[in-house]
Amino acid sequence: MKVLYPFVAVVALVLIAFIGASLPGGQYLFGVVFPILAFAIFLVGFINRIMNWGKSPVPFRIPTTCGQANSLPWIKQNKFDCPSTGFGVIVRMFLEIVLFRSLFRNTKAEMLDGPKIVYGATKWLWLFSLLFHYCFFVIVVRHLRFFTDPIPGFVQALEFGDGLLQVGTPVLYQSDVVFVIAILFLFLRRILLRQVNYISLPADYFPLFLILGIAITGILMRYFIRVDVVVIKELTAGLASFSPKVGDINPLFYAHLFLVSTLLVYFPFSKLMHLGGIFLSPTRNLANNSRMVRHENPWNNPNIKPHSYASYEDEFREFMAGADLPLDKPLEPAPEEKEEKAE
Amino acid sequence: MADTKVEQMSVNVVKEPSLMTGAVPTKDWMDVPAVFKPGNYCYPGKPSIMEYHNNHTLPGLFGEAREFAYEDEDWKLPENWKEIIINGIKERLDKFRSFKVYMDICVRCGACADKCHFFLGTGDPKNMPVLRAELLRSIYRNEFTKAGKMLGRLAGARELTIDVIKEWFMYFYQCTECRRCSVFCPYGIDTAEITMMGRELLHLLGINTNWIMEPAANSNRTGNHMGLQPHTFKQNAEFLLDDIEEVTGVRINSLNFNRKGAEVLFIIPSADVFAEPGIFTFMGYVVLFDHIGLDYTISTYSSEGGNFGLFTSNELMKKLNGKMYAEAKRLGVKWILGGECGHMWRVIHQYMDTMNGPTDNLEIPKSPLTGTVFDNAATTKMVHISEFTADLVHHNKLKIDKSRNDHRTVTFHDSCNPARAMGLLEEPRTVINAVCNNFYDMPENTIRESTFCCGSGTGLNTGEIMDIRMRGALPRANAVKYVKEKHGVNTLACVCAIDRATLTSMNEYWNPEVEVAGISELVGNALIMDGEKERESGLRFEPLAGTEG
Amino acid sequence: MVKKRENQDFVLSLLQERKGDAMYDGGKIIPGLVIFVGLMTYPIWSGNAGTTPKPVKPTGHEKCVKHKEFMRTSHMVLLNEWRDEVVRDGNREQIHIGDKVYDKSLQNGCMHCHTSKKKFCDECHNYTAVKPYCWECHIQPKETI
Repeated sequence: MKVLYPFVAVVALVLIAFIGASLPGGQYLFGVVFPILAFAIFLVGFINRIMNWGKSPVPFRIPTTCGQANSLPWIKQNKFDCPSTGFGVIVRMFLEIVLFRSLFRNTKAEMLDGPKIVYGATKWLWLFSLLFHYCFFVIVVRHLRFFTDPIPGFVQALEFGDGLLQVGTPVLYQSDVVFVIAILFLFLRRILLRQVNYISLPADYFPLFLILGIAITGILMRYFIRVDVVVIKELTAGLASFSPKVGDINPLFYAHLFLVSTLLVYFPFSKLMHLGGIFLSPTRNLANNSRMVRHENPWNNPNIKPHSYASYEDEFREFMAGADLPLDKPLEPAPEEKEEKAE
Repeated sequence: MADTKVEQMSVNVVKEPSLMTGAVPTKDWMDVPAVFKPGNYCYPGKPSIMEYHNNHTLPGLFGEAREFAYEDEDWKLPENWKEIIINGIKERLDKFRSFKVYMDICVRCGACADKCHFFLGTGDPKNMPVLRAELLRSIYRNEFTKAGKMLGRLAGARELTIDVIKEWFMYFYQCTECRRCSVFCPYGIDTAEITMMGRELLHLLGINTNWIMEPAANSNRTGNHMGLQPHTFKQNAEFLLDDIEEVTGVRINSLNFNRKGAEVLFIIPSADVFAEPGIFTFMGYVVLFDHIGLDYTISTYSSEGGNFGLFTSNELMKKLNGKMYAEAKRLGVKWILGGECGHMWRVIHQYMDTMNGPTDNLEIPKSPLTGTVFDNAATTKMVHISEFTADLVHHNKLKIDKSRNDHRTVTFHDSCNPARAMGLLEEPRTVINAVCNNFYDMPENTIRESTFCCGSGTGLNTGEIMDIRMRGALPRANAVKYVKEKHGVNTLACVCAIDRATLTSMNEYWNPEVEVAGISELVGNALIMDGEKERESGLRFEPLAGTEG
Repeated sequence: MVKKRENQDFVLSLLQERKGDAMYDGGKIIPGLVIFVGLMTYPIWSGNAGTTPKPVKPTGHEKCVKHKEFMRTSHMVLLNEWRDEVVRDGNREQIHIGDKVYDKSLQNGCMHCHTSKKKFCDECHNYTAVKPYCWECHIQPKETI
């Protein structure tokens, strides 16, 4: 169920696009209206979600320290896994976001007879998720060629680099191949690893299928069906300048575009927001300097006060006097009944 | 001791079908209710204790004081329990960005799954940090997100029912807020944050454990978790001076209490004057301070470093912690020195100044012996005993005879909080290496930021749940066993009072023959005191190397 | 009674809602969002959508070796096939379309009709940033303007 429903949903999306785009006016709907709407929802939804997070304060400074802290001058600090300065935090965040530092630490625990637990390093998840994200990134940037004219140099350079092996015509992008492999890895992992399988929700499979669908339709268009990119660009570049021209385009393109539109709409309301969330994670984006620099809590409640020393002494004065403990208020010769009673 | 014999447990953890041992549950986790049976939960707060909290600590946060049992069908929840929880979640989403972000961004990659000691030991799927958080996330989605409202279970949402509340209680009290999962999470999602929220919510319904609420009440009233009244606290501590005299031949006169005008206020976890092996650590402190002539005092009013409020709610944590600065001000000390305690240092390092600062009367801590200024405590003005001692050692201010710890082959347990909430890793090791000849670290994946919990933190160190604790302690015990077999380790050193109690139980169970010692005890053993006699035993009257027989 | 009243006030103070709708760390979050939106909308503000490419059609030639739709999407496949046949297999068999005969050759076949690389090939290739590797072997025709 958890796997089937999302799969059916993505197949249905493809069919909807195929059929929809073949109806009168459908090309305009799927080629222009939906994408613009989806992009707007994506932007507004993304900003909203981040602002919504931003409206909650970070009351306490709670970095997870993953190395030696800033301490005595002769003790070597781990400046990036346990930063105490803004610069250190920037480096830590950079390592986290660009290289998936924490995932690199991953281990796999196994319970053996004895009992004996062994921990092996396991970098597969790190490797494939890194590949997945980088390929996705490269592919998105490459697609700028459909939305800009003149096409910026960095897009052309990326284009060239990605096809460096010069395999086939049109030239095969390495990122396409690696991307699909990485998606399949992430999918198979969810199916085969019993722990991950058990925690997976339909909401985990859906984006995987959706992105896989996007990749497959894209690959079919480029390498197998070979659609007319000039007509497509007339539409897509038109979207960016709000003067789209709908020409005669292969229906596969509408399937591709509709899946992308779905992804854009789905994004801000789903776990995909980890893209923005990582920047706001208080265990990573704060310096471990809470004893050095005061951190303010905007809702700190001044009405919460400790049980006072005075009432403590009131309760225990006699015993304290008996034990020669210093007193703020000397023991009266005949202590009143009332004080005895006080809790 | 644990209800299950160790021989049986050794087989159970490997063979019983669980997600850890290779079996896959047939039912979706949402369809598996929590079942309470003797040994897998802690008892609820006694009505008298909860009465005390409702009248004297934080009225309104702990629900109705009442008599009930967790094995009962009816937990006697208030009529509007659902509303209380939903409002409680909303309030906390608005107050804690961590909570809000961590509700939203988990991708369920599973990197955290086998990082939790409770999962490793029980194989219970809901002990995977990701599922522990999903217990709450599923309700959050149902009540607060569009996707959850529209798609329900497809989006991982579910209805809030009494069974969910019961499940929360079960699993938010099988988490020790050790933060090991947050080291491995690619987004730094910290289950401790989730568990804290979960526990705060449960408190609103009067769902709690006596093992936490009674010490917290004690701490409020008598100044310490143990409930030691001022005179008893003092007597307990002074009694230990007799033992020191017997071991060393030196009568220490520098121990004092509630003295105004001292330079340093020293705050310890109160267990250190209460029970073995903590008392040996306390003896170590006293010997050290006498040795260096520190101008210090100990307070009976603020006689607790630990803070069970951390395991309860941020409000109670603030209230209990407030005594430290209040007492430092009343006594007019210059700065505060803190003893060996794990969660105490989480509170001091990450919460104290924010909650109860800024202090206007204290000065930036400066060691009177070495002149070292502890800039890393510039605003909080409180220094860890390991930082302080490491500085003394580095400047050769101590007269040390390392051989007096030769009867010990030592390994070091990084307590969760000093390791993952402070980054206190090298200081304790520096001290150990300065006073011991035989030190071996446990394997890499089980120490420093990857250290394993003792399995009984956050107020779980009660006999009521011994089986769960011993399962949770297995990863730590296993690493100890490794160095025991490889290097002949017979002493597990630590800087945590809860550890001193719980690791002792753990070793009695999993690694008999390995003792637990606070680092300051080892320091006390090695210090050459003025006018001392020839030492034949350590501070716990154990024979020294070469003196046996 | 007094105690109860105090308790109530205290509870109220705990439940006090935060005033306003302020952002925390806005100084970092808002610039971050501005950068994000800037990057995401780059195609919109970076320039115009360009003009539709208008490859110059050959004069005096009616028919190509394949029909127009095929040539628009798949000319590279044909060129590749020709290259393999000619260069690797030595098969220079000419192509007869109606009464016309074409060489299987880029420069002597295609460019016989489509005379200008600039005005024909580059129009679309530049528009879509496709850089074929034809001219790594073939000498690029020198064209003025």
